[in-house]
Amino acid sequence: MAILVQFAIGLVFGLGLVVAGMSDPAKVLDFLDVAAIASGGWDASLAFVMAGAIAVALPGYRLVLRRRAPLLAGRFQLPTGSEIDAKVVAGPAIFGIGWGLAGICPGPAFALLASGGAAAGVFVAAMFAGMAAARGLAARRG
Amino acid sequence: MSLSANFTPVASAIGGAMIGAAAVALMAAFGRIAGVSGIASRLLPPHADDGFAGRLAFVLGIAAAPLVAWIASGAMPVPRIEASIPVLAIAGLLVGFGSTWGSGCTSGHGVCGLSRLSPRSLVATLAFMATGMATVFVVRHLG
Repeated sequence: MAILVQFAIGLVFGLGLVVAGMSDPAKVLDFLDVAAIASGGWDASLAFVMAGAIAVALPGYRLVLRRRAPLLAGRFQLPTGSEIDAKVVAGPAIFGIGWGLAGICPGPAFALLASGGAAAGVFVAAMFAGMAAARGLAARRG
Repeated sequence: MSLSANFTPVASAIGGAMIGAAAVALMAAFGRIAGVSGIASRLLPPHADDGFAGRLAFVLGIAAAPLVAWIASGAMPVPRIEASIPVLAIAGLLVGFGSTWGSGCTSGHGVCGLSRLSPRSLVATLAFMATGMATVFVVRHLG
């Protein structure tokens, strides 16, 4: 039951990506291409994706987190780290370079597997390798 | 200032709202942040908890979405991937490493973190937006 619910939530998330246009890497690059603002070719759509998501999740989280516990698990597991250190700048900065090269971030990477052919497969395999490297490095640093 | 002919504010806001709804549902049901990089990276060993099957189901749900869209609309979404295979391999490595090293990606920091008003996620979001835009500028306009 819990597994089916997780699948359904992932499906809604993925359909959101498809409807929003985020599963089309060229559209993502058109958003990141701010130099196109001057020439008239900028696609501002992704700002609306973020705004739409936050408009739902911000009040939604407030409502949900008033409860004592989640419906299908023992407790809420919120991120505990709050310090702004080098990792939380360097990591996203590195991620952004890859995002700008391909127009693909982790969610859309999985949404591309069915339609993106070998290119999507290569990206996802490399992404897992990068994740393994980061986890290995973090574990070694303790 | 004029905008691209491909500008889709309504569809993108609706899609965004669906992403937000999924994030709220994951929190309500399982008490977890809907950060795809965190969920995906924890599919790799070593496993710290028994959440593997649920994480896999979530990722498979995302992967199944284009197939459901295909059935619903009659047309398979056709993604436009501009980068070459070697560039995609490098990009995938950077995306995987950076999002895991920085504890989040577009969904974990950009949607969930900002929705929790986390200053840390705001810094992270500004960082990946800045380098993403800078990279596209270099590739498209200086390349």
